[in-house]
Amino acid sequence: MEATYNYKVVRQFAIMTVVWGIVGMLVGVILAAQLIWPDITKDLGPLAPYLSYGRLRPLHTNAVIFAFGGSALFATSLYIVQRTCQARLLSDGLASFVFWGWQLIILLAAVSLPMGFTTGKEYAELEWPIDLLIAVVWIGYAVLFFGTIIKRKTQHIYVANWFFGAYIVTITLLHVVNSAELPVTLTKSYSAYAGVHDAMVQWWYGHNAVGFFLTTAFLGMMYYFIPKQAGRPIFSYRLSIVHFWALNFIYMWAGPHHLLYTALPDWAQSLGMVFSLMLIAPSWGGMMNGIMTLSGAWHKLRTDPILKFLITAMSFYGMSTFEGPMMSVKTVNALSHYTEWTIGHVHSGALGWVAMISIGSLYHLIPRLFGREEMFSVKLINTHFWMSTIGVVLYIAALWIAGVAQGLMWRATNSDGTLTYSFAQSVNAMYPFYTIRLIGGTLFFAGMLLMAYNVWKTIAAGKAVNDARISEAVAA
Amino acid sequence: MDAGLLGSIVTVLFFVLFIAILVWAFHRGNKQKFEDAGNLPFQEDAGEARKPD
Repeated sequence: MEATYNYKVVRQFAIMTVVWGIVGMLVGVILAAQLIWPDITKDLGPLAPYLSYGRLRPLHTNAVIFAFGGSALFATSLYIVQRTCQARLLSDGLASFVFWGWQLIILLAAVSLPMGFTTGKEYAELEWPIDLLIAVVWIGYAVLFFGTIIKRKTQHIYVANWFFGAYIVTITLLHVVNSAELPVTLTKSYSAYAGVHDAMVQWWYGHNAVGFFLTTAFLGMMYYFIPKQAGRPIFSYRLSIVHFWALNFIYMWAGPHHLLYTALPDWAQSLGMVFSLMLIAPSWGGMMNGIMTLSGAWHKLRTDPILKFLITAMSFYGMSTFEGPMMSVKTVNALSHYTEWTIGHVHSGALGWVAMISIGSLYHLIPRLFGREEMFSVKLINTHFWMSTIGVVLYIAALWIAGVAQGLMWRATNSDGTLTYSFAQSVNAMYPFYTIRLIGGTLFFAGMLLMAYNVWKTIAAGKAVNDARISEAVAA
Repeated sequence: MDAGLLGSIVTVLFFVLFIAILVWAFHRGNKQKFEDAGNLPFQEDAGEARKPD
């Protein structure tokens, strides 16, 4: 046993990534349709309240971030930590506990959110009993991950593990502080904070969930799978060290940019804006590091659709980490905040960066977990790539235009100081863009179905690998 | 000591620490060590290749 890797838990999480990706994105497509046809779920009778926009929206965000993204991170981090430490996971039992614990949390979320149980905290809507369960499972994951690092046979800890390690530690801190709440009943609790403090804690958590869950952790994925798929080491390992520490030093302070022009003290708003601007440097350093890994092997990009996924993900990472700091500039934020532009920005990161790096990594990973040379159909990966890319571009371009139009309509005044447009007029102007968004989102969702088919056929033709031998300790 | 002063001291310390990390990362003496570390994802394959079973 000790001479082999634990691929079982990696396999379980990898498959659930595809399943939860489909579920989470389907809910997203329904929401996009509801924005165009608000009555679309009204005729479902007794089911209708559970499918209303306000209840489905947190279900969508939780499903794509924590079920789809989370599963992808568990799968890849537990694979990478074993392969680069040349050691089997600390404990098979703990690995099973983390897998089944996380699935139970997702199931509880899928039931409690449509029922209307919510703390009202963005990306942390789950009520207190589920919060406690998350803390327990997460600590189990931390023990599993760091325990494996401790028993490693290699001397050095590969940079991908540093990124995963920072993500695990930070999420623990964020979850515990932000979820501090006073339970009233089994399904209702109140935040331990009040007023602007509550808002600041919420967005300190919210932005660092983006920073450490959706960025740092997926960078861990990038630092392993891009070199592996390209067949060459990372462009600059030393730059990756600077990338890591710069992100860690800066990210924690960017949260206040979600609260510009609110009751938050002005100095805190400016602090958030300045730190957000500084983030361009490490983000772009990291993006260049990933993309330049292909330097001298650019031709591979022409023929390998997995590399296309990974490198396009890096491009979207660069794009959204440029857009984000720009949007946190107060004057830009005055136009962009509360508009569709924000939703477009989030999806440029979530679909373009997070989903595409995960999809590319899974296409690399799944054949290896099932004893195949490659996926059932490489051609279908290429089709999936184009569906995803066109889908994201349609999505974000539509919402850029929609957001700017919305912002301009809201702020337009007549010479006598009255508003030029009513709110309903700005809603009416959104229809064409909402339609384009729905088309783009549906295309991305359909790509996931194609992936599920490809994964299914790969698994059917393969056999679960449980005897992947750990190579004899190589001096490193 | 008030929170403002303490915050300033921590900020300066973190800045100095970051500069130290930069120097450490780009120090010529560490070049080989980091290049070897960058090859870690490939050493597993080398190990496998040596033992075809």
